[in-house]
Amino acid sequence: MEREQELKLRRIALDIRKDVLRMISMADSGHLGSAFSCVDILVYLYFYLMNINPDEPGWRERDRFVLSKGHACPSLYAVLARRGYFERQELWNYRRLGSLLQGHPAYMTALGIDAPSGSLGMGIGISCGMALALRKTSPQSRIYCLVGDGELQEGSCWEALMTASHWNLDNLYVIVDRNGLQMEGRTEEIKALEPLIEKFQAFGFFSSETCGHDYPSIDRAFAEASDSRGMPKAIIARTKWGRGVTLAERGDIPVKASLTRNDVTLLLDELNKELVSLDGEERS
Amino acid sequence: MERKSTREALKDALPELAGLDEGVVVIDADVASSTYTKTFAEEFPDRYYNVGIAEQNMVEVASGMALAGMKPYAVAFSSFLAGRAYDQIRCCVAMPDLNVKLIATHAGITVGEDGGTHQMLEDLALMRALPNMTVMVPADYWSARDLIVSSFKYDKPLYIRLGRMDVPLFYSPKEEFKPGGGKIVREGRDVTVIACGIMLFEALKAAEILARQGIEAEVIDCYSVKPLPEDLIQSSVRRTGCCVVAEEHNQVGGLYGAVAESLGINYPVPLRFVAIRDRFGESGAPAELQEYYSLTHREIVGAVAQVWATRRR
Repeated sequence: MEREQELKLRRIALDIRKDVLRMISMADSGHLGSAFSCVDILVYLYFYLMNINPDEPGWRERDRFVLSKGHACPSLYAVLARRGYFERQELWNYRRLGSLLQGHPAYMTALGIDAPSGSLGMGIGISCGMALALRKTSPQSRIYCLVGDGELQEGSCWEALMTASHWNLDNLYVIVDRNGLQMEGRTEEIKALEPLIEKFQAFGFFSSETCGHDYPSIDRAFAEASDSRGMPKAIIARTKWGRGVTLAERGDIPVKASLTRNDVTLLLDELNKELVSLDGEERS
Repeated sequence: MERKSTREALKDALPELAGLDEGVVVIDADVASSTYTKTFAEEFPDRYYNVGIAEQNMVEVASGMALAGMKPYAVAFSSFLAGRAYDQIRCCVAMPDLNVKLIATHAGITVGEDGGTHQMLEDLALMRALPNMTVMVPADYWSARDLIVSSFKYDKPLYIRLGRMDVPLFYSPKEEFKPGGGKIVREGRDVTVIACGIMLFEALKAAEILARQGIEAEVIDCYSVKPLPEDLIQSSVRRTGCCVVAEEHNQVGGLYGAVAESLGINYPVPLRFVAIRDRFGESGAPAELQEYYSLTHREIVGAVAQVWATRRR
């Protein structure tokens, strides 16, 4: 990936994080840390990798994205708005009565939301259905499914992994947002997932790991995965819960955040400083 | 009268559907031999998917296929489709209002020897409680077949409940059935008996006996449990002034629940049910179980006597 491209994506990601922060603070509810940990993956997919057309959201040959960890939807909404699926203004209605932007994504092609989500553990299975169907009707389409790591404790995920490898769904990419945390604490303490990469391998996936915040690494992981033929792919993206804002990264913000005005100011300041330093990097 | 189970309709209806619409695919959870999806699988191998013993996954896959423009028919035993995969049906099918057809076989006490886990008596309540869901219970092979074949025109979530036991071929092959429909299969002025599935035949037997005693029962095949054919039911009950509902389901939340909700608001009359009395099933021969769980024409006759005595005039 070109340096220029990387800087562009990083700038978008900062803007997305600012939007997400504003959405969650205005709604006074939402999962900030979990939304932030997957921003870079979403930005990579929607602003670099995926073959989509926001002017024609229902275009049959498009790539599909399934957000299995539905609670991270503020990031998806902010990305979709910025990509032109709907007015950015709509973001500020997130979680409000009558809003298009529900607390967990409701299926609505017009808004660019390819699949329903909210109840954990169903996204990979839905993606398998899409992959089976699109393999016949739109062979060039790929299906990208983002799952949370804690979510993998749902048994239905593993049913779906078996389905994916049984039918050699090589148009399916499962990306794990491996931030290591779930509602009540660390995944490894609550119900250990490791060795995760070996589990995916054992389930017949081409599996790799990457840093989920570094665009060139993410890009390499996807390129490598796409070279593997005849099998579904899993990319375990090591991420940081609350990535981008120290307060959250340190764990000083509750999992399901209700942010004080002071928190919001602190977090925004940090993101703005990051934008300024990005300006510097761009000039150098 | 020749007999066939309603599940056998799948044998003929699914291949017929495949010819009518290219988007039709069939998914099942390793039950092809007992649900008769095998015929479809043999005729259309590239449009048939066995996801293994994984009903939750089956419904998710069906949802994904519908999202990608196909018309999936997901077939499994009712216990494990409506029961085990309930959250998937709720979130992946009903809530997004997708064109997924759920066909549940082996419903009710007459599954027989397999016992309680396999005798689904709560599925109508579960499915009926879901917004966007349509719920059908055909009584015989021909009505089951017509409902399945004509369902491709209907692009919403649909649950069709089928049974394992052989029942009379009651309707003619030409008869048509649709969501929201019901049929008066015997006219009468004294009592309305509303039944679905196997209980339709018990209702008809009961009507014979009642007629000999001078009570003319109007028997309605209420194959559309949701939406309920409310006008049909109301106009009958307005004439008869009393009503009995018979179903092979728990007394909670099924056809009786639907009828009671409707009449309670629109035209309250003395009302009784013949259904499973809030219990689970157990092993036994189907006919034996039907007797043991009081799902016969005799209970219908008894219930009629009670409501008729206090009918609204």
